[in-house]
Amino acid sequence: MTKGRAIQSGQAAPSDRLAAMMDVLCPMHVVLGDTGHLTHAGPTLLKLFADTPLIGARFTELFEVKRPRGDGSMAALIGRAGDKMHLRIRGGARTDLKGVLVPLPPGWGPEGGALINLSFGISVVAAVRDFGLTGTDFAATDLAVEMLYMVEAKTAAMEASRKLNLRLQGAMIAAEEQAYTDTLTGLRNRRALDYVLDRLAEAEQDFALIHIDLDFFKAVNDTGGHAAGDHVLREVARIMVEETRSDDTVARVGGDEFVLVLERLINPERVHDIAARLITRLSQPLSFAGQVYQISASAGSVLSCDYHQLDLGQMMLEADTALYTAKHRGRGRHIPFSRDLKKPDAVTAGHDDRVSGR
Amino acid sequence: MHGLINRAIERFVRDTYGRDVWGAVVRDAGLEFTEFESMLSYESDVTHRVLDALAANLNRPLPDTLEDIGTYLVSHPKVEALRRLLRFGGPTFTEFLHSLDDLPARAQLAVPDLHLPDLELCEHGADAYSVHCRGELPGFGHVIVGLLRALADDYGALALLEHKGTRDGCEIIDVRLLAAEHTRGRAFDLAARAI
Repeated sequence: MTKGRAIQSGQAAPSDRLAAMMDVLCPMHVVLGDTGHLTHAGPTLLKLFADTPLIGARFTELFEVKRPRGDGSMAALIGRAGDKMHLRIRGGARTDLKGVLVPLPPGWGPEGGALINLSFGISVVAAVRDFGLTGTDFAATDLAVEMLYMVEAKTAAMEASRKLNLRLQGAMIAAEEQAYTDTLTGLRNRRALDYVLDRLAEAEQDFALIHIDLDFFKAVNDTGGHAAGDHVLREVARIMVEETRSDDTVARVGGDEFVLVLERLINPERVHDIAARLITRLSQPLSFAGQVYQISASAGSVLSCDYHQLDLGQMMLEADTALYTAKHRGRGRHIPFSRDLKKPDAVTAGHDDRVSGR
Repeated sequence: MHGLINRAIERFVRDTYGRDVWGAVVRDAGLEFTEFESMLSYESDVTHRVLDALAANLNRPLPDTLEDIGTYLVSHPKVEALRRLLRFGGPTFTEFLHSLDDLPARAQLAVPDLHLPDLELCEHGADAYSVHCRGELPGFGHVIVGLLRALADDYGALALLEHKGTRDGCEIIDVRLLAAEHTRGRAFDLAARAI
């Protein structure tokens, strides 16, 4: 290797011996004469400037000194000896460099000259790619190759973590979906209903809430068993979904109790039409395993736009009061809530009445 | 045991023997899942059950299979990223050998909770070395044999490798370098291609 020969040679001038040593220790160094022109450049820099002759070129014509700012004169450069320099290679792909300058002692090189060592700093990843550098272009003690290793290793580890996160997120969505679903009917459950109502209240979005209780459902269970009961509940769920829009919420909140949340509805007639049509369909005979079952439904409703101050608890209570009234007036009907309906103390008695009527 | 190690075994089985064999291994090892997660931790018992099930299913001595795993990790296109990380160990196979002592620390730089067995290179004269391997993973020395053999190929070096057994809980591998530059080897570009 020429480098090794030069170091061992006792005949060469001190400046040549210094340059040969520095080529090994700092392959990205330059030696400048007193006018700021290059008299020597390390092997890696020569590779970077493959098409540009370096020796004899002016340092500030090859590199833009971004910091410290100066007039580009040799005196200004030497004035900041020992300071960290921020540089950029002029022309070509953007390559930022770090540098530091030391003045040359007399006899070590050109009189009044200086030595500047350069490094890629954080731009090493791009530089290695742009200039096709290899491990031997860096000093044996340089951490550049270790840094490239770190970047690649961390990228691979991050990619593995990202994949795990995606899988966990998928699992979480499935779990949440399950937590919000009534497993028998596929409708939303009470948790989901609470979530939807909170969201609507927060967004101050108007909606209608219909509380529905099936009539004569207990008879289905009593005569046909749970299989028949389950079948009827699934049929009821299917009808409710068919009779509502896709952005409405249909929730099963008890054995045969359902709550419909119809977003953006403020018209009481529309709500009544929907409830009445639903009750008509639910009152059609349903058959299961050769048996025909006749149920019906009672419904009570409230509109959020009727409340000055939205109170979800009160809305649920008043929808229940209206439902109780519907039961009380002979079932199979829809009653919208109004102030003249019976107050909640009567509802307690009403619940017993409902149970006996199933 | 780190998921990366279990996942490596799984990938080796899937890519070498197919999913049916992996399915049988999963069944025999009594796993309740079919895929290891690289970034999770598992009981070390799980790894041993998988390796035992693998040896039984392949009807092949476990050391031979462990060696194949080492070779797979360097030479299979699906795990090219690992080969690249290993090649950062040095520009020549000899320099790579000298970087083996740092390998567990290098792995931990990337994945802090990945604990590989300690590796130590001993030089016994010109081109004769031994690698001492000591840690929680009995049989890991066989993986190293396969890995070094494939890496020698990768660098274009000609090397003889032999597992000399275990002494005082330390696995010993003989390395004889016959030719440092036997062939051109496979290229290694410091710059990673765009991911």
